[in-house]
Amino acid sequence: MAFFLEVLIGGLMAGVMYSLVALGFVLIFKASGVFNFAQGAMVLFAGLFFVGFTELGVPMWLALLLTVGVMVLLAGVIERLVLRHLVNQEGIILFMATIGVSFFLDGFGQLIWGSNVRQLDIGIPTDPIFLMDGEILIQSFDLWAALVAGTLLAALVVFQKTRTGRALRAVADDHQAAQSVGIPLNVIWIIVWAIAGLVALVAGVMWGSKLGVQPAIVSLALKALPVLILGGFTSIPGAILGGLIIGAGEKLAEVYIGPLFGGGIENWFAYVLALGFLLIRPQGLFGEKLIERV
Amino acid sequence: MLYRESGQYKTTYGADQAIFTIPQDRVFFALLMLVAFVGIPLVATNYVYTALLIPFLCLSLAALGLNILTGYCGQLSLGTGAFMGVGAVAAWNLATRVPDLNLVVIFILAGLVTAAVGMFFGLPSLRIKGFYLAVATLAAQFFLPWLFVKWGWLTNHAASGVITVPPLTLLGWSIDTPMEKYLFALGVVAILALGAKNMIRSNPGRQWMAIRDMDIAAEIIGIRPVVAKLTAFAVSSFYIGVAGALYLFVYLGSAEPDGFGINLSFQALFMIIIGGLGSILGSFLGAFFILLLPIFLTRVPPMLGFDLSTALVSHLEFMVFGALIVFFLIVEPHGLARLWQITKEKLRVWPFPY
Amino acid sequence: MKASKWIASLVVGAALAGSAFAALAQEQVIPSMVYRTGPYAPSGIPVADGFSDYINLMNERDGGLNGVKLRVEECETQYNTERGVECYERLKALGGTIFSPYSTGITYALIDRAPTDKSVIFSMGYGRASATVGNIFPWVFTAPATYWGGASAGIQYIAKEMGGKDKLKGKKIAYVYIDIAYGKEPIPVFQNYAQELGFQLELVPVPAPGLEQKSIWLQIRQMRPDYVYLQGWGAMNAVSLKEAAAVGFAREKMVGIWWSSQDSDVQAAGPAAKGYKGLSFHGASKDLQVLKDMKKFLVDKGKASQNGKHFGEIGYLRGAANAMFTVEALRAAQEKHGKGKVMNGEQSRDGFEAINLTDASIEKLGLKGFLQPLKLACDNHLGDGKILVVQWQGDQWKPVSDWILPENQKLWPLYLKDADSYAREKNIASRTCARS
Repeated sequence: MAFFLEVLIGGLMAGVMYSLVALGFVLIFKASGVFNFAQGAMVLFAGLFFVGFTELGVPMWLALLLTVGVMVLLAGVIERLVLRHLVNQEGIILFMATIGVSFFLDGFGQLIWGSNVRQLDIGIPTDPIFLMDGEILIQSFDLWAALVAGTLLAALVVFQKTRTGRALRAVADDHQAAQSVGIPLNVIWIIVWAIAGLVALVAGVMWGSKLGVQPAIVSLALKALPVLILGGFTSIPGAILGGLIIGAGEKLAEVYIGPLFGGGIENWFAYVLALGFLLIRPQGLFGEKLIERV
Repeated sequence: MLYRESGQYKTTYGADQAIFTIPQDRVFFALLMLVAFVGIPLVATNYVYTALLIPFLCLSLAALGLNILTGYCGQLSLGTGAFMGVGAVAAWNLATRVPDLNLVVIFILAGLVTAAVGMFFGLPSLRIKGFYLAVATLAAQFFLPWLFVKWGWLTNHAASGVITVPPLTLLGWSIDTPMEKYLFALGVVAILALGAKNMIRSNPGRQWMAIRDMDIAAEIIGIRPVVAKLTAFAVSSFYIGVAGALYLFVYLGSAEPDGFGINLSFQALFMIIIGGLGSILGSFLGAFFILLLPIFLTRVPPMLGFDLSTALVSHLEFMVFGALIVFFLIVEPHGLARLWQITKEKLRVWPFPY
Repeated sequence: MKASKWIASLVVGAALAGSAFAALAQEQVIPSMVYRTGPYAPSGIPVADGFSDYINLMNERDGGLNGVKLRVEECETQYNTERGVECYERLKALGGTIFSPYSTGITYALIDRAPTDKSVIFSMGYGRASATVGNIFPWVFTAPATYWGGASAGIQYIAKEMGGKDKLKGKKIAYVYIDIAYGKEPIPVFQNYAQELGFQLELVPVPAPGLEQKSIWLQIRQMRPDYVYLQGWGAMNAVSLKEAAAVGFAREKMVGIWWSSQDSDVQAAGPAAKGYKGLSFHGASKDLQVLKDMKKFLVDKGKASQNGKHFGEIGYLRGAANAMFTVEALRAAQEKHGKGKVMNGEQSRDGFEAINLTDASIEKLGLKGFLQPLKLACDNHLGDGKILVVQWQGDQWKPVSDWILPENQKLWPLYLKDADSYAREKNIASRTCARS
């Protein structure tokens, strides 16, 4: 029983880490209907700049500020050079464009900072915490990650209630209608991409202090996909809850079902789990209900 | 001037329904085939065959298969790599377990096995749509390679799970030089592409397109989504399975199951989007762009006399490649095939554009 | 339609450029297939640097090999099989004869091409273990170690640490591996040992790419193994080390295969890596005549790859070792086929089979303690396969064992069996070798 709890908690925590990446996807999809394939590359990009600045001897708070600046700038450039020219295109075309962006960022980040592993230590403690007389082990790092994710979620939810947040949701509902009531589409897009960039920075810092900042971080996007699909592309709480379900589900499956098949099942199990949920709710847990008309 | 249809009258239904209704197109295509089957073998080197043309043909076929599903039937799939793996593993098992089986039969059976697997993973498409459907195919993408690794029988209990292709012979023709391999692959791809073209132009293709354009409307006019979607999955998987078998038999020779991973799936998807969704030609153009362009990009700086470090060149390659994708999408969001079509239309009215 | 025109014209252009390069060459082209970008770049960069630096040292210090200039031609594979095959064909067209693919997938794709192209595939400590059998794989060399040899040496080391082989009875060893061909390969060896020595073997597969291993290590915590043998790849290794630290598993009780114990792996894990042990088929000492020469001729003159950024790292040394074997094979080939000439594929192969590094010749090369004596033959493309255990001290790797000889008498039947099944699948005859 203690072991079950331990795996459950560990899985929930792992799920939180996936959610951090998934949140970036949701933000952009919600506001512009773009499935942003470049989110993984943005996580690496932000992480590289952050760790790169600290390595140059810049104090951590300033590095953070500088990286935020870089991400905002990036958002502006993406809007100016890519999105603006692709207004009103189909989703799949925009998706492909973000793939182009992803290739570019991947190359650009490595061009500037190199492809080596960089260790990132932002001072989060990593000692184990024991509960129930040492029966259950929790990593303090995970608790911090959960705290960060919680703060981020709260900030985003509050942000949704602000004037800009309402404008964002209006754009998400209908580009044309939003524009006709005087919401500047371009500005909104820059804001959304900048916020997604900030989320990427948080994810990059958290994952970077876990695995070191290295090019493999790009493939985290794959871990975020089932989370995204389960939670629904358009729901911020869905990304968190989806992460928790996927994390706990895949870890428990790996431990309790995996040995029956020789192990290593968690990768596909996450997708099968998401698929199972989807068959019951085809729009994801919190996705908006699809209404189809002829 | 040279290329126009005015004055060409079609007097039979047959002429009206031909694949190429304009004689110039027919001549051009015949020339192209002549170049592919005769011209290239006269000049190409081993490097061109084994490093460029053979992988290009294999991946074009996979892209074509995916295009049938995604481009024509509108069902997004990210399982191409795994389905190629199914084709490859099935073909390998047939070839080693049933000796003396004709190579063509092996390929057809491998395609059919993949079609069955593809239909199974296509079942969720009856309920799930759009990006959400990608999850069903991603489940296949992660599950199938895992299965190849864990189910030892599939790889004849090889220690590392690596499969190695036996020598290829077709009716006494032993296919071993790169040129012969190229010709074999070209033959397979040409026949299947012709088949796809005709399927698209006939009833199943029209059903798929109706489903793609609006599935509810299609259902109302009497198209059964179950049949249309599942046939699309089956036909698409058949093509992808054959492509996988070619990829293993003609191109790689030996492969590990892990080689049929998500990267291949993404590669195939990029190919059809860049090449043109819902276009047979687009599958080939896309494969060319995604597979061969980066190779040429890495060779450009040394050719121009810049002596850059390997790392710098490959970072630059990523950047240029990414920028090119965005550029092409901005210029023509509907892919390279559409650009080609526009060129043709311009040619038609040239030199008097109005 | 247009595409094939483009292909044709570009292809012709490329071929012309290629032939122009080849015409220039009155030097031995040494192909180097590298991955300096992409997710596995941290492991690939130091190796690539070490390789090219050693070759350049030969030119700078000795004026080439018996007067033949050596020219490194790098090609970026991005650890991707299609790119790798393209690189191979391109480098072959430039005159390359000896190829080190540095990727399991590429190696497998090249093994089939090698006999018809007459090119040597030198997969140093990776690829297909059974390619050790020279009768069936005349063109592939696995010297100086295979994963099976690594597993055998690892078990022997663990047994020694426990106080003898008989002490392993009833103990538990967990084999934590990335769930692809590379990780699966040594499983039969471990199973044989488990049966023979009576320890309990726990197989713990980690789904690739292994960025998240929470459940794996919680399971390991439950299993309480006495030792963990790690065969991970890329980012997975650092995560394993961090999670091991998090569940409190002693890093001193973790032994990793050589590709799991590079500087990039331990650097990414930070302090969590201290005490972790790795296998190596070459020494880790930086006190070598060769390294001093490299410093003098390359680093100090600013001629080293990336200005010597990775100089002396274990991956760098590994790349250098790869270059050393390549150069020694060419030297042996020149002994046989004419000094001062450029060797072709067949001659390079003969050179590899004639490699005979003795203690004396190793000392002469300035490599005392770095390499072990190595003698290859027509039927043995591996040598003894001796292995050293090194430990991460927080700043460098330090040897903590003697050279361990894998129990080759147990491994060879496995090599032969696997090679046989390859020969049957491929329908190729075994080459007869004069038994040496």
